[in-house]
Amino acid sequence: MSIVFSKPLSLTDNVLTYCPGCTHGIIHRLVAEAIDDLGVQSQTIGVAPVGCAVFAYNFFAVDMLQAAHGRAPAVATGVKRVHPDKIVFTYQGDGDLASIGMAEIMHAAARGEKITTIFVNNAIYGMTGGQMAPTTLVGQVTTTSPYGRSEELTGKPIRVSEIISQLDGTAYAARVSAHDPKHVMEAKKAIRKAFETQRGGAGFSMVEVLSTCPTNWGMTPIEALKWVATDMVPYYPLGVYKDLSKGAA
Amino acid sequence: MPTLTIQSDLCKGCGLCVDVCPKKVLGFDPSSLNAKGYRPASVLAPDACVACAFCARMCPDCCITVER
Ligand SMILES: Cc1ncc(C[n+]2csc(CCOP(=O)(O)OP(=O)(O)O)c2C)c(N)n1
Ligand code: SF4
Ligand code: SF4
Ligand code: SF4
Repeated sequence: MSIVFSKPLSLTDNVLTYCPGCTHGIIHRLVAEAIDDLGVQSQTIGVAPVGCAVFAYNFFAVDMLQAAHGRAPAVATGVKRVHPDKIVFTYQGDGDLASIGMAEIMHAAARGEKITTIFVNNAIYGMTGGQMAPTTLVGQVTTTSPYGRSEELTGKPIRVSEIISQLDGTAYAARVSAHDPKHVMEAKKAIRKAFETQRGGAGFSMVEVLSTCPTNWGMTPIEALKWVATDMVPYYPLGVYKDLSKGAA
Repeated sequence: MPTLTIQSDLCKGCGLCVDVCPKKVLGFDPSSLNAKGYRPASVLAPDACVACAFCARMCPDCCITVER
């Protein structure tokens, strides 16, 4: 018998604190698989956010810190500058990254910090009970947009990958999704590529992963995966937005 | 023959594995509950499994090991 699939070594045995069916868990696993594949478990340092992933330091079997809300890129900058030989990543939700932490992520990218950001876009603030995020879709019902997000009042959702890819310090930016096995495999490739880009020293790298929040979307986990495909992907097109890594076309 | 192991104590009964399996191998046994009170996914038709690992790739809680 040979193993076709088993849990990656870079995840601990701790039980994830995410709700049933929440794709944060899949994304954790993909990050851990990428770390395993590159053989860098003992050389990786991660920075956890504020949000449902606040306990990420319990789940990744690598050295971890936890930053103030939105400040993970600033903390990761310090870590990487002190440990330039390490692989340093942040793991951030859309409230953490695109709201309170918008300045930190933009400047880290603009400075070309050689870190990798895993940006989990679930179009809502999960941890705090489902408030509107900068990434909430127009018309989407949240606790702070009970009649659906109004474009007139709050504009349109921010497409972070598109903006980040315009900054000269960004070497790699891609948007992927975790809603079915094919896209999960593509997401894994992009995450590995982002870590490789960091290792090659080309600059800042980010992978935005479209993710679910069945609890605050008011959907079953299966409905939530479908909603990613039908409603999120059309507004947030998947693909590689920038790739300046060595050997890239 | 492919062998599927589900760590039932970790399972949250989300059903993503059940939904994605192309061979309808997985399902829920109404008589089983785990310590956390979730109804874990069960292997109901082991012989139909083709070891594609779709179920394991979609499991958010890494409960599934696939061997062949
Ligand atoms: C300084 C500060 N402001 C606000 C909060 C409240 N808060 C906690 S998590 C969060 C947003 C979480 O949303 P997101 O980053 O999208 O992550 P998710 O929980 O959806 O994974 C907010 C606003 C806080 N903890 N600290
Ligand atoms: S609140 Fe939403 S994002 Fe947070 S763990 Fe639950 S489903 Fe996941
Ligand atoms: S490995 Fe494939 S066929 Fe077997 S149970 Fe999982 S999804 Fe179904
Ligand atoms: S996907 Fe994982 S957690 Fe969800 S029902 Fe299947 S085994 Fe359980």
